[in-house]
Amino acid sequence: MKRTVPLIITAGGGFVLVVAYFIPYTQNWGELAAIWFDVLAAVAFILGGGNLLKTHLKRMSDRVPGWAYSGVVVASFIGTLAVGLWKVGVNPSPQFPEYAWSGQYRQMGSAFWFLFQYAFTPLTATMFSLLAFYIASASFRAFRAKNLEASLLLGTAFIILLGRTFAGVTLTSWIDPETWSGFQYMTGLRLENLTVYVMSVFNTAGNRAIMIGIALGIVSTSIKILLGVDRSYLSKD
Amino acid sequence: MWNVLPGSRSVAWLVVGVVAMVLLAPGTGHGQGAAPAPPSDLVAADHPWDNATRIDLSWTPSPDDATLQGYAVRQRATTETAFTLVDIVPRGTTGYVVQNLNQQAAYLFQVASVAAGGTQSLQIVTPAPVSPTMQWFDGERIWFLFTLVMLSGAVIAYIVIARRGRPLTLRRIAGLEAVDNAVGRATEMGRSCLFIPGVLDMNDIQTIAGLTILSRVAKTAAEYDAKIEMPTSKSLVMTAGRETMQAAFLAAGRPDAYDVDSVSYVTDEQFGYVAYVQGAMVREKPAACFYMGGFFAESLILAETGNSIGAIQIAGTAQPAQLPFFVAACDYTLIGEEFFAASAYLSGEPDQLGSLKGQDVGKLIVAAGILLGSLGTTLAELSGSAIIESFVRFFTDRMLT
Repeated sequence: MKRTVPLIITAGGGFVLVVAYFIPYTQNWGELAAIWFDVLAAVAFILGGGNLLKTHLKRMSDRVPGWAYSGVVVASFIGTLAVGLWKVGVNPSPQFPEYAWSGQYRQMGSAFWFLFQYAFTPLTATMFSLLAFYIASASFRAFRAKNLEASLLLGTAFIILLGRTFAGVTLTSWIDPETWSGFQYMTGLRLENLTVYVMSVFNTAGNRAIMIGIALGIVSTSIKILLGVDRSYLSKD
Repeated sequence: MWNVLPGSRSVAWLVVGVVAMVLLAPGTGHGQGAAPAPPSDLVAADHPWDNATRIDLSWTPSPDDATLQGYAVRQRATTETAFTLVDIVPRGTTGYVVQNLNQQAAYLFQVASVAAGGTQSLQIVTPAPVSPTMQWFDGERIWFLFTLVMLSGAVIAYIVIARRGRPLTLRRIAGLEAVDNAVGRATEMGRSCLFIPGVLDMNDIQTIAGLTILSRVAKTAAEYDAKIEMPTSKSLVMTAGRETMQAAFLAAGRPDAYDVDSVSYVTDEQFGYVAYVQGAMVREKPAACFYMGGFFAESLILAETGNSIGAIQIAGTAQPAQLPFFVAACDYTLIGEEFFAASAYLSGEPDQLGSLKGQDVGKLIVAAGILLGSLGTTLAELSGSAIIESFVRFFTDRMLT
């Protein structure tokens, strides 16, 4: 039963949405399903929040290494939740000035807005900025000319990198169609033109091949799940 | 020198110029000739097999059709006061499909001939308002349905063939062969395995495909008695992940070893999640990291951190933009379709292996389509044949859209 009911719901929901795509009368069913999903996700968020508190309180209680970080998480979670729920620093909405809580919780100048603007956003930007350094270290490893394939990769990367900088454009600016009268096609060898060629021909072709494979994989996986052939994500009866 | 106050000669030229401009101005009926004759017999009817957004117009061309620029089509809902221009279609056209209409509204349509200079004839108007009506099937999607039936049919047919016991051979996928080795290595080193299901929710097929792989990884971990951790960025993924992991431990005959806290929720925020996982990786140094699901900018941050701690890493995603990052930083990467094939490949069940063969038939169909389109376009260009050109247009505009 624990396995059959989810299978019926999955198959029923899936097939109805597939059919709805082709039948105009039922085309809003997809939007309805999305709303249902949002409701489910909102309820599940309570589970998630509860799990977060449980996990970190347990770590603090067990004094596992790094438990102080868990303290920071719990304090931040409760603090942000409290200022958001109580709308600390939020002015009443001009439409309903008699109700103190009628303003938006994200109103500029509110405590929640302050936390978002001056704590969350800089922290997020810091994490994102790490990417630049990781790209450099990954490129350093990936572009080592260990074999023929790696050498081709290195050569292509070199063309793309140079072709997208002013230095690259300057390097091959001597291939001028006016100077090379009768050899206009040689301008295709300028780095900026080679870059466009590599990106629009080789890169696009490779990307499309991957995309076609992904599309077929999605069709196959969807059928397996809708027909109940693949049940590995479900618990046992 | 130009005088600010022109003399009488300049005034005369100015008057001549103004008179000429007035005479030559479009719409006066002198400089461009008389207004053309309007079209006739304008009929509006509901577009068949649609979702109530289109109406078909048809008319008899103007007697001056050969000299026209085209026909101006205008529409007006009965609740509006003025007609708005929809399109100007070329001469020789005798019909037009008005799109993006509202099923709840009734519309009047107007068509006028447009002369080469822009002069327009009297307009003819549809005699009565028309509303688009909805049919039970959207005919615009018939070719998509056909393709879907072909691809799904191939998958289902091969599942049936596999069930009848026909042996199926598959090419070796190194990344999936390495799953057991990675878990085994973690066991030998006495360290944990880390499974990251991406940052998308349960309504994304990549997350579902990731969970089917988790089932196999968790089963192997249970058999080897290795610890497995799965931090998630979505509450629903946490719930589904717990179910999957519990089922895997049960299937391995070790339900007692399942720890519900091994699957935990961190945060929905992308970089908050990354910060947590990165910190956990640096502190706990898992020996095997699996990245299976939908990833964005966090892919390289996570994979490079895993690389720096010396973990064996296997990644799989259907995000083409993230594949190069995983290829650069991970030991094995499941590219696109390999990621979706993983569950079938790892399970070894005939039913599931059959679906992979069905996928191959899909590839053949796609390859045939590419070949047909390329040949058709080339032949149309070389021969200039109108028949081949119209076939190519039908193939690209109707069958592939």
